[in-house]
Amino acid sequence: MPFYRNIAAKIALLPMIVISLTVFVGCIIYSFVYSLTNSKLVPVMNYVGFDQYDRLFKQRKWDVAVENIFIYGFVFTVGCLIIGFLLAVLIDQKIRGESLFRTIFLYPYAMSFVVTGLVWKWVLNPTFGLENSMHMWGMTWFELDWLVNRDLAIYAVCIAAVWQGAGFVMVLMLAGLRGIDEDIWKSLSIEGVAKWKSYIFVILPMLRPMVVTAIVLIAAGVVKVYDLILALTSGGPGYATTTPAMYVMENFFSRANLGQAFAASIIMFISVVCILAPWAFYEFYLRNKYANN
Amino acid sequence: MSIYLKKGRKIMKKIFSILLTIFIPLSFTNVSKAGSHMEAEVIHWWTSGGEQAAISEFAKAWEEMGNTWIDTAITGGDNARGTTVNRIIGGNPPTAAQFNVSKQFVDLVEQGLLQSLEEVASAEGWRDFIYPPELIETCEFEGEFYCVPVNIHSWQWMWINNDVYKKVGLPVPQTFEEFLAGAPKIQEAGIIPLALGGQGWQESGMFDVVASSIMGFPLMQSIYRDKDLDAFRDGRFESVLNTYRELNQFTDEGSPGRLWNDTTAMVIEGKAAMQVMGDWARGEFAVAGKEAMVDYSCVIPGKEKYVALGGDVFVFPKNDDPKVKDAQLAMASMMVNQTVQAKFNNAKGSLPMRLDVDTSAADACMQMGLDLIQNPDAIMRESDDWNTPAFTAAWGDIISEFRNDPNYTVAQVMDDLEGVLTSGL
Repeated sequence: MPFYRNIAAKIALLPMIVISLTVFVGCIIYSFVYSLTNSKLVPVMNYVGFDQYDRLFKQRKWDVAVENIFIYGFVFTVGCLIIGFLLAVLIDQKIRGESLFRTIFLYPYAMSFVVTGLVWKWVLNPTFGLENSMHMWGMTWFELDWLVNRDLAIYAVCIAAVWQGAGFVMVLMLAGLRGIDEDIWKSLSIEGVAKWKSYIFVILPMLRPMVVTAIVLIAAGVVKVYDLILALTSGGPGYATTTPAMYVMENFFSRANLGQAFAASIIMFISVVCILAPWAFYEFYLRNKYANN
Repeated sequence: MSIYLKKGRKIMKKIFSILLTIFIPLSFTNVSKAGSHMEAEVIHWWTSGGEQAAISEFAKAWEEMGNTWIDTAITGGDNARGTTVNRIIGGNPPTAAQFNVSKQFVDLVEQGLLQSLEEVASAEGWRDFIYPPELIETCEFEGEFYCVPVNIHSWQWMWINNDVYKKVGLPVPQTFEEFLAGAPKIQEAGIIPLALGGQGWQESGMFDVVASSIMGFPLMQSIYRDKDLDAFRDGRFESVLNTYRELNQFTDEGSPGRLWNDTTAMVIEGKAAMQVMGDWARGEFAVAGKEAMVDYSCVIPGKEKYVALGGDVFVFPKNDDPKVKDAQLAMASMMVNQTVQAKFNNAKGSLPMRLDVDTSAADACMQMGLDLIQNPDAIMRESDDWNTPAFTAAWGDIISEFRNDPNYTVAQVMDDLEGVLTSGL
């Protein structure tokens, strides 16, 4: 393809290309170079090899952070999809006051994660939250100490996140459900297929594009989770709910340990690439190949 | 080639610092007046009521000299320090910036990014009046002053609600052992014996108070400063860990994540008996209208009593503009001024950094600190005077995890702490 073909489009794209190269690629290279130094408060070129990575993988805290992001990622994604789909199906039953329910379920999504975090922090606080209220109503057997229990705290974070995200998935799914042709429903009822069976085995596969969209959007939210945890638990109790993003931010700012922060962010970057690469390969290479064939 | 590399690195540094600055929550309060000699922008994190009153004493004194004070208050020490560093690296440094009495700013000195204050320090004889002399050590690098200590805050306090102890019929405890002996009785009375906010800095702060009161400062020094593994392994540090774990049985389950002032409020209201916290807690009692030694007791725990040398300093980043340097030296001289020191520390509730300051407004607790600090043997340094923030944070992580995870054994903790001691962080 000659260089001057679509020259106007190429010129228009130039600023974007320059910005991507300097900001994204440049910063990644910069981070990698300085992750090989023992930079503390300010970046200094003091080469120490892969010491920072070595130290990173020996950190108990980093292990906890990585484990947490997997738990969070799995529970949040699956929870949002299941609850979102169920809500969409329920709303799809031509109920009265549909728009009211839709608003209620979608409303949490309009809030910032910080607000969600604070709300759930108060609800789940054992000394003045839900547990306390239940005790005052005489139900002293009631126990809800997830937020202060180091084994369960990460699931408390997941609950808050699902509460916020499920409504969004619901709207996506509902849009999909509304796009299903009436004739399909008619033929299904003529065949006498049970309603729940038709939803799971017929309708759900038809909603595949919606599910994929939802998963992509949710997954992007998983990697960058930071504000929710900061507001809800600040990574506590101890560091039981810390995440890789928090680890990086902490080392950047409060700990004045730039080298370590760069090393951790490079590892985060590599893991995201590992997850995205097969998908990108399929999307941009294999699909084109089949399409051209 | 190397020019391009250098340029590229400079640009990258700029971009990096801009990106960082974007992610830091900033709150600017600009107060500017035209027609004055010198202009100074000061970054600090004093945003609560009492703190604001204190920093405005500096601002007032500065403006009385006919100068302009640009106040850049940023909530949270981490954020404020991050902003300062980013602005220095980004080439837009403030005139002055707050740090703690610690090694937080050592890198800045080593990179030659801070203005030496030696000119004014030797002219005014800072080395003669700054007290205790340990504060000089914090600020002096290769014989030159690079920071101005402005106050002393000590962690070494137990804040005790007297009514609680009266109610259960026990004397006010003077040591952690006495506190532990009385704690079950307080618990039976339906009161939380130990109020502790479960945030890392509060947990490790209390740990150091327990450590110094049980094993004494000399041993602490050989562990934290000299990294002496024999001292670390001689059994006394283990007993500190055990006592700390015992103390933690007497906290409540609402502890994780609680702010220090909410925790102090529990002691003030009599929901809890005792909190270990720095002397800034006194302000909370004062605001609640409580009287020292009547409604509440302040106790420096242990047989040997120490006052820790925490506190704040101001540093002055280098600037190409010679006018800025003049302003910086003038401000440094103003901050150590006797009258300014008296006004500032009375507002802040901290101890002044020189002895010849009028402290007649001090209450019983502050007086205790003032008396104690005159004895050089009672002066205690903190871990962050010798260690980098990365070290103290790694140490604090383990202490916090030890507090929160009952399965984390003392033996494991000892091994992990030894790992930090030998890490060279």
